[in-house]
Amino acid sequence: MTQAAAGAPWTLEGYEAVIGLEVHAELLTRAKVFCGCSAAFGGEPNTNVCPVCLGMPGVLPVLNRRVVEFAIRAGLATNCTIAPRSRFARKNYFYPDLPKGYQISMYEAPLCTGGWLEIVVDGVPRRVGLTRIHIEEDTGKNIHDLVAGGSLVDFNRSGVPLLEIVGEPDIRSPAEAGAYLRALRSVLQYLEICDGNMEEGSFRCDANVSVRPVGSSILGTKVEIKNMNSFRHVERALAWELRRQVRTLQAGERLVQETRLWDAEREETRAMRSKEHAHDYRYFPEPDLLPLEVSQAWIEEVRASLPELPGARRRRFEGEYGLSAYDADVLTQRKDVADFFEAGVAAGAQAKEMANWVTTEILRIVREQRLDTQLVIRDWPITPAQVAALARLVDGGQITRNTAKQLLPRLIGTDDDPARIVEREGLGQVSDRGALQQAVHEVIRQAPEQVAQFRAGKERVLGFLVGQVMKATGGKANPQLVQELLRAALSPERKG
Amino acid sequence: MSVPPYQWSLREAAARIRRREISAVELTRTALARIQAVEPAIGAFLTCCEADALAAAESIDRRMAAGEDPGSLGGVPVAVKDNICTAGVRTTAASRMLESFVPAFDATVTAKLRHAGAVIVGKTNCDEFAMGSSTENSALGQTRNPWDSSRVPGGSSGGSGAAVAAREVYAALGTDTGGSIRLPAAFCGVVGLKPTYGRVSRFGVIAYASSLDQVGPLTRDVTDAAMVLEAIAGHDPADSTASPRPVPAYQDGLDAGVRGMRLGLPREYFVQGMHPEVDRAVRAAVGELERLGASIEEVSLPHTDYAIATYYLIATAEASSNLARYDGVRYGLRVPSANLGEMYERSRAAGFGTEVKRRIMLGTYALSAGYYDAYYLKAQQVRTLIRRDFAQAFERCDALLTPVAPTPAFRLGERIDDPLTMYLSDILTISVNLAGLPALAVPCGMDSDGLPIGLQVIGRPFDEATLLRIGYAHELASDWHRRSPLP
Amino acid sequence: MRYVHTVGIHIDEVRRIATLARLRLEAAEEERLCAELGAILEAFERLQRLDTAGVAPTAHVEEFGAPLRADEVTNLPADEALLAGAPARDGRRFRVPKIIE
Repeated sequence: MTQAAAGAPWTLEGYEAVIGLEVHAELLTRAKVFCGCSAAFGGEPNTNVCPVCLGMPGVLPVLNRRVVEFAIRAGLATNCTIAPRSRFARKNYFYPDLPKGYQISMYEAPLCTGGWLEIVVDGVPRRVGLTRIHIEEDTGKNIHDLVAGGSLVDFNRSGVPLLEIVGEPDIRSPAEAGAYLRALRSVLQYLEICDGNMEEGSFRCDANVSVRPVGSSILGTKVEIKNMNSFRHVERALAWELRRQVRTLQAGERLVQETRLWDAEREETRAMRSKEHAHDYRYFPEPDLLPLEVSQAWIEEVRASLPELPGARRRRFEGEYGLSAYDADVLTQRKDVADFFEAGVAAGAQAKEMANWVTTEILRIVREQRLDTQLVIRDWPITPAQVAALARLVDGGQITRNTAKQLLPRLIGTDDDPARIVEREGLGQVSDRGALQQAVHEVIRQAPEQVAQFRAGKERVLGFLVGQVMKATGGKANPQLVQELLRAALSPERKG
Repeated sequence: MSVPPYQWSLREAAARIRRREISAVELTRTALARIQAVEPAIGAFLTCCEADALAAAESIDRRMAAGEDPGSLGGVPVAVKDNICTAGVRTTAASRMLESFVPAFDATVTAKLRHAGAVIVGKTNCDEFAMGSSTENSALGQTRNPWDSSRVPGGSSGGSGAAVAAREVYAALGTDTGGSIRLPAAFCGVVGLKPTYGRVSRFGVIAYASSLDQVGPLTRDVTDAAMVLEAIAGHDPADSTASPRPVPAYQDGLDAGVRGMRLGLPREYFVQGMHPEVDRAVRAAVGELERLGASIEEVSLPHTDYAIATYYLIATAEASSNLARYDGVRYGLRVPSANLGEMYERSRAAGFGTEVKRRIMLGTYALSAGYYDAYYLKAQQVRTLIRRDFAQAFERCDALLTPVAPTPAFRLGERIDDPLTMYLSDILTISVNLAGLPALAVPCGMDSDGLPIGLQVIGRPFDEATLLRIGYAHELASDWHRRSPLP
Repeated sequence: MRYVHTVGIHIDEVRRIATLARLRLEAAEEERLCAELGAILEAFERLQRLDTAGVAPTAHVEEFGAPLRADEVTNLPADEALLAGAPARDGRRFRVPKIIE
């Protein structure tokens, strides 16, 4: 069916995939894009509203400067050209959550065009083109009234600023789509302009999907897929849809250009029954907003304020610290995690050790404590210095990795120095042959079955025996020495 | 007082209040009494806010008693066209759609009037959503021309024109998208000023055509217009299209005269089919200005012939979008329905009148896929040509003089059945909106039926001062502005 | 198939436009509008004869760029006043009838 290697393009029985992704990112400004209401999440329904974002008679929009700044940041970080003059346009349609009956967006003259994003799939870097980035306003929220039928509308989110980020149809597989979304989210988080939370709706993705015979340059019928609420869902939805399209064509049927919704429960895409896709949006220049002028000076000011971006940081980690592409990628997905890593190295940890600790233990803590729901983790439950100290104790042979793993949870929420705990509790690595010999013999005595298996040739059982010695010594035994002693104790009677 | 207070000019009323010769409350009561007396015949008002007005007047009197300045319009009763939001006071745009709508906020111009001490006594009738040239498109009332009750007051600000002509108020705000201040001013024999686009804030003004709408005063004379303009003009952070240019003291230099001014007569505006008495009155006014020292020359605005089409495509396109918010969801009329689609269609069908629907349809068509280039985009291009015409004319002239309308006020019901004929009433005013220019309408004569005739003075962007100067000079040499239709 | 005797507009177009504009029209209204819009569009045909090659459209008569405002929350949380005119509510939410897909 599909190929196994994640880095290669998707193909199925002679067809290849053409995928373009459209992302809407909610911006983290204090106020909404065209009025002075709070853009903060939450609140009683229809409290963060005013005549402007409610679309009352006679109201007018006034553009929030920080929205423009964030858009310029996003454009520069993705290598776009920033237009010195761009124009707002009205997108006209009727829906209860759209208070004016039109959305203020940009159409013929967007703010940013022609950029790209570098993604890494299976260690292989690729560029995905960006068609455009523009500013628009979000709608309110329409929720189905379960009690009485009909809908209930809350306009708290009406007027929240969005960036629409349109990618070129350069993506060739569901895995690439996932990598693109993760890379884009990383960039936006580094820029601190969007918290990238797909589940909460601050980062939304729609996909345009088509298939064509491998090697053809003619595009197939394009289908829009909506309602994918996580990166995983995006990949699954794309995989399913691609298969559907190929099967349809193979059956001799024609594909309909339509919008389909991903049904996460049934794991399939379904055509929308309404004729919404037959919209004529009647775009025209927004008369209430004059053209947006962005000076070269402003662009340079924003450029100078950009942080080191994920791609550049990843490449530097590979070069400077000798990390693998995979490790560097994992470490640089979040800026705060990358900062944590580098702080640990600065505190004296060896780079690969520190990388190991961060990619395994620290990221686990981040997930378990749901620290990653924050845009920037500022209050770490354990410090880079503490982790660095642990790493150095292992590196220097003072404690075993096993001991270090046990110590880590005890450091959380404290500012204890691991070295002190080791000293106080006598947790140092035991490398005394005599002491270990005793433990080895005791374990051999208590595990005759495994001993027999090992002597019969089952190498893997040694791991169990080593583990038993570690347990008996409270994890402090020098594991290499234990292995050596066990082999010596068991070998004379080995057959074969 | 030999002259009843309602015959005073705004300037005189404000001065007497300031001199404590009359209290704000007393003056307001006089206005309210006048309104009550003439409204049955005129029908200029949709809403009268007596209690609010008296409260505001009391507040002015209290402040003056405490030694505070009452404001440039302190204590003077004024009216506001009903497409301009007034907090706590019903604002309908003369439409069933907003028949019960009470805004929770003031338009910026409303707030500025209040800040200047003006006492808002009521909201005036207009064509529904400001779409019309006679006020006959109002869904909520009929306004009659105070000079002849069988005739229209002009539109769309007909209520404001009539209220000022009938001396119900000292000034009224109107809006002008294609002539809607100037035409009622001419038909009612009062002064009407459409400022440069961007001179006055549009925030809180119920939008018809966003790139054309402007708010302006209707008053009895030019000085009054200057006073009101000073009070309402200026930058507004709530309106992105409002100009940051400082507001001049329009009352200064009014009497500088017209000697040495170059005034142009666009030949395309003296059309055949024009009422001969209009032609005569306007030419007499021109002659007067020439006598006062201005030089007159003929100019050409060659794209005038395309203006009606250009205007009606752009204005209706913008209107079709501006009126999409009237959907029965958050405010306004809702026809209870089984599903959303029906709710939209029924509410809008019931809420909007014939002309509004017609313009929404035309505008939607002009923007729709496949027609955008041929209609909307084309009109925007011709708009550029029309602007260039004026720019070229203003290289040689300080202002242009034209009639306001080809005829005096027509009869009620005369044109309402044929939209195209009604649209042609605007032929002399709409280009001004397309170019964003300021224009002043002043009374310059009367026809043999006793109907007023208006002179239009068109100026360069932000040069309202020159227009007011010309109007003032004309006023000094004539007395049309002193004539009143009612005792 | 109905045609109106002008350059104008087919009755199907009228219906399409009415749907786009969410206006429910009676049959008589449809016919009237068809005739009126047709006549108006025919009168506007003269625009097509004008050569506008290379002429920039006027979207705004003003020359300055969009003013920008500071990113500050200047509106207090809304009270009841803005919801008071709602035709139908459920608590603080606006209620609308069901959407038929």
